[in-house]
Amino acid sequence: MFHRESGVFKTSYGADMALYPLPVARWTVVVLLAIFAIVLPLFVHSYYLSILNLIFIAIVGALGLNILVGYTGQISIGHGAFMSVGAYTAANLAVKLDLPFWLTLPAGGLMAALIGVIVGMPSLRIKGLYLAIATLAGQLIIEWTFNRVPAISGGAQASIEVPRPSLFGVALNTQGELYFFLLFFAVLAIVATLNLMRSRIGRAFVAVRDQDIAAEIIGINIYRYKLMAFAISSFYAGVCGVLYTYYFGIANYEQFQLVVSIDYLAMIIIGGLGSVLGTILGAIFVTLLPIAIRLLVESVGVYFFDAGELSSVAASLRLIIFGGLIIFFLVVEPEGLNRLWRNIRNYFRVWPFSY
Amino acid sequence: MTEASVSSARGAPAAKIVLDIADVSKKFGGVTAVENVAMTVPEGRILSVIGPNGAGKTSLLNMISGFYKPDTGSIRLRGDDITSKRPSEIAALGIARTFQNIALFSGLTVLDNLMLGRHVHMKSGVLASALYWGWARKEEIAHRQRCEEIIEFLKLQDLRKQQTAALAYGLRKRVELGRALALEPKILLLDEPMGGMNQEEKEDMARFILDVNQERGVTVVLIEHDMGVVMDISDQVVVLDRGRRIGGGTPDEVQRDPRVIQAYLGTSKGAAAA
Repeated sequence: MFHRESGVFKTSYGADMALYPLPVARWTVVVLLAIFAIVLPLFVHSYYLSILNLIFIAIVGALGLNILVGYTGQISIGHGAFMSVGAYTAANLAVKLDLPFWLTLPAGGLMAALIGVIVGMPSLRIKGLYLAIATLAGQLIIEWTFNRVPAISGGAQASIEVPRPSLFGVALNTQGELYFFLLFFAVLAIVATLNLMRSRIGRAFVAVRDQDIAAEIIGINIYRYKLMAFAISSFYAGVCGVLYTYYFGIANYEQFQLVVSIDYLAMIIIGGLGSVLGTILGAIFVTLLPIAIRLLVESVGVYFFDAGELSSVAASLRLIIFGGLIIFFLVVEPEGLNRLWRNIRNYFRVWPFSY
Repeated sequence: MTEASVSSARGAPAAKIVLDIADVSKKFGGVTAVENVAMTVPEGRILSVIGPNGAGKTSLLNMISGFYKPDTGSIRLRGDDITSKRPSEIAALGIARTFQNIALFSGLTVLDNLMLGRHVHMKSGVLASALYWGWARKEEIAHRQRCEEIIEFLKLQDLRKQQTAALAYGLRKRVELGRALALEPKILLLDEPMGGMNQEEKEDMARFILDVNQERGVTVVLIEHDMGVVMDISDQVVVLDRGRRIGGGTPDEVQRDPRVIQAYLGTSKGAAAA
């Protein structure tokens, strides 16, 4: 999206307020969509499609978390748990009532939104670190509940197997088929977030983040909007959990433990708080990182470690690099990958006459 | 100590009372910030609240806009009691304000700050916003139009897409005024809109305030330390000292009031004109 703005004259406010005001940017989006919707699924091996699938799911969840943390300035370490709420809701509905995904998906999202609002209640009184601890408590309580209440989580190992989603009577079994299913929801989530954040509700969220007193004074009920941010954010998380469930074919609380909440926080910190593009970059980065580390360890590690130890080395290396990267971004580029991208773009925007 | 009728400095007939503050008090622990202050704001006029530091001016404003609940007394907007309403509800009723230490949304552009001022006039909910289709889009564009009028009025055209954090102090004050105006308030509360400004910026700001008052018919309640400005543009002046009201009236009356001169403007009459 390297673009030149000169020569583009907008003649209406509508044109100025468009999501992509420049023709170049619009075409870039069209081309990108074409690549993802047509070229990649035709020519790429299903192993790489499976990675893309994981990225699509992560984008949905990370966008939700960024709405809460990046845009509204609240914090949540309970998003893993909100995902599990969506996952178990959908799994129970799919198995016990035999409902199709287009019903279980919103149902999972809504249930997660409800739980999210309850866990988010303390945000009305407390901020920052204290809120982090409160949502952490939410995470642990929800984890415990799923682990100990078989009525919800289905008995053995607290897991429920779900059938593959089906569209027009055709079950989506292969990675290639799931690819379109997940791509659709990722694009939907991206567009919805972009629109939400450029209109009334999104502006109010940012107002609550930047200056909650001033937000009150221009008529924004900050309690209402904080809870709304928790609801929307958890809805995304719930949908993300449902997608994971359909993707893996099983709902299990172990997929949504505390470390998942941290992973998603890492995505939005590394990607860039309060930025949709940053969220996408962060989701890609954090999803690819363990894969890259595993490849690295498998190829180079044999010279340093026993073959039997490699997998545990890769696992610990992942944590080390992860922690190091978060510190790196917090110190060097707190605005994340999004900022790096903007710097590059701004450099080329006026290149070669950059003065 | 309420005035039965109010005569304007401009010689206009007595105006309707739009805001009636009846004997409000506010204590913080052992400190009495405001004590039994009564004040009526006539519609369409500029009323200034003056007083030395710590006189309770900002506390009074905070009670009007709902941040503090008065311990005693009541505040009525056109006869309706607003004493116990939330700040956001009071804003929706048409009372906008600016802050002494600017409270803009620093991560947003000038335009978005003004659009936030339109918040109470907009209706789009979550789903409509997420779709940004048809009605929600039309609403955004319609309100953008209103914001552009304010941008033009305050001469902010070249700054509309700038982040407010990057703006100079005087401009930020102007944007904050713009955000308050975007609310289309009936009453505008301005807390030291000229604090920290140079002479030229002060003159600009005074001109904007007069224009807002005269062209848009907005009632203004002004806290300001610059006596020259206060005496020039106010129809009414209320003087506070240590939480109590010690005088009030037209600028001329206030400048002649011996209690005011002693408590605030100094002991000699010469200083009063300064």
